[in-house]
Amino acid sequence: MSYRLLREILSDAQNENLKFWQVILNDNCRENRITEKESFSKMTDMYIAMKEADSNYDSKAKSASGMAGGDGKLLEDFRKQPNRLIGDFLTKVIEKAVKMGESNACMKRIVAAPTAGSCGVIPAVLITYEEEKKVAQDRIIEALYVAGGIGEVIAQSAEISGAKGGCQAEIGSASAMAAGAVVYLEGGDNEAIIHAAALALKNMLGLTCDPVGGLVEVPCIKRNVSGAVNAIVSSQMAIAGIRSRIEPDEVIDSMKRIGNLLPECLRETSKDGLAITSSAIKIMENISS
Amino acid sequence: MQLFDIIGPVMVGPSSSHTAGAVKIGYVAHKLLSEQVVKAEIFLHGSFLATGKGHGTDKAIVAGLLGMQPDDVRIPESLEIADEMGVDIKFSGISLKDASPNSVLLKLTGKSGRMLEIVGESLGGSIINIAAIDGLSANFSGDRPTLIVHNLDQPGHVAEVTSMLSHKSVNIASMQLYRENRGGNAVMILECDQEIPESAVEWLKKLEGVVKVTYYSLIPTGGSL
Repeated sequence: MSYRLLREILSDAQNENLKFWQVILNDNCRENRITEKESFSKMTDMYIAMKEADSNYDSKAKSASGMAGGDGKLLEDFRKQPNRLIGDFLTKVIEKAVKMGESNACMKRIVAAPTAGSCGVIPAVLITYEEEKKVAQDRIIEALYVAGGIGEVIAQSAEISGAKGGCQAEIGSASAMAAGAVVYLEGGDNEAIIHAAALALKNMLGLTCDPVGGLVEVPCIKRNVSGAVNAIVSSQMAIAGIRSRIEPDEVIDSMKRIGNLLPECLRETSKDGLAITSSAIKIMENISS
Repeated sequence: MQLFDIIGPVMVGPSSSHTAGAVKIGYVAHKLLSEQVVKAEIFLHGSFLATGKGHGTDKAIVAGLLGMQPDDVRIPESLEIADEMGVDIKFSGISLKDASPNSVLLKLTGKSGRMLEIVGESLGGSIINIAAIDGLSANFSGDRPTLIVHNLDQPGHVAEVTSMLSHKSVNIASMQLYRENRGGNAVMILECDQEIPESAVEWLKKLEGVVKVTYYSLIPTGGSL
């Protein structure tokens, strides 16, 4: 990976007269000495695995702890109700994000993007986009390169693990990646892509990783929903012309510094935050009994 | 970190660092031992110790030691499978010095009595680093064919190894040298772009001053399952 900055991707795109996703595709081909076709086909495999995980959702599955499972079905039923406040698109995004998070907690096969804990964000947004907007699958694959490029820069310049950077590094990164992908699909320019990522990430800064019992369940599964919805609204702001007042690469730097400042007890150790509440302790007692 | 580490991998949940990364550490260790594991002492450190149980880190490491990869749907049942195979597994906690939050020390014994001690770190997004081998520092990801040579710290061993690789047309991606003390035990770790022929690895083992040769190949062996 040769990009440490989103700006470097944009300048290569401009100099070589390429789209954002093509810059990332070329970089992947160069690094792995593979053809464009091989890279594109591997990315397609990833997307197909996401769709399989989505359609294989088992509404009866429960995680070993018993905390996770069944909420995806509630949302599926909710989507069929008339007079919902929010429209079909967003309702479906919420449903798919919960379903993927639950599948992961139930030790099903998923696609980490960028991590397993945040595996619901990108598929929830992109699969819904394909289904609702009826676009060709190849366009979604291109958007996955956009997401991947943003994620690579974050991984290079900051963190993507909750143990190192807190939840902001997982759901925050996934949300920034998905926001950029949506801007691309909606025809936004490269500037709008990285600003959508910045807007999404800013909304997630400081987010701690304090899961109940150390399990990727509470609050992780529903955080996938907020990450996905945040991606959509950030993309819409960017397409409307709103720009992050903080330069996108500086937002990523900030996330790194904030992650370094987060105490260990809020970085996936379950030593504080939600993990030590009375409710959490009660849940854990029920699990061990 | 590469593109398909960000969008990917396809894996069994729930955690890329605590489940998939842990499978990978176990898998690399199993490959490095190059024979069936019959005894494994597993020492969990940091977040692996604090939250590993809930993420199935124990099942994941054992699955890897049995030769499973992170997308293997049998991972949740690995402890039972190991038990049926008669593998002796012991878990305990440890505090490792200067280790990354998700680390594990593995003390392994193979079928023929061959022993291996490694420290593996899971860095997130299922990326791992092998931080120590047999008590000496190391630093490699298991993403490339990797040659590890333990030798006495004396002139000429690096030249022997690198000229052998040159002869076999194997390109070196990265190379590290560590030693305990001058004239004592030393280790060289070479990550390569191509696989090293088995005969060349065997040849190295016979060299004077070479104490141990370990080779990590990307070619799946099918494991001990």
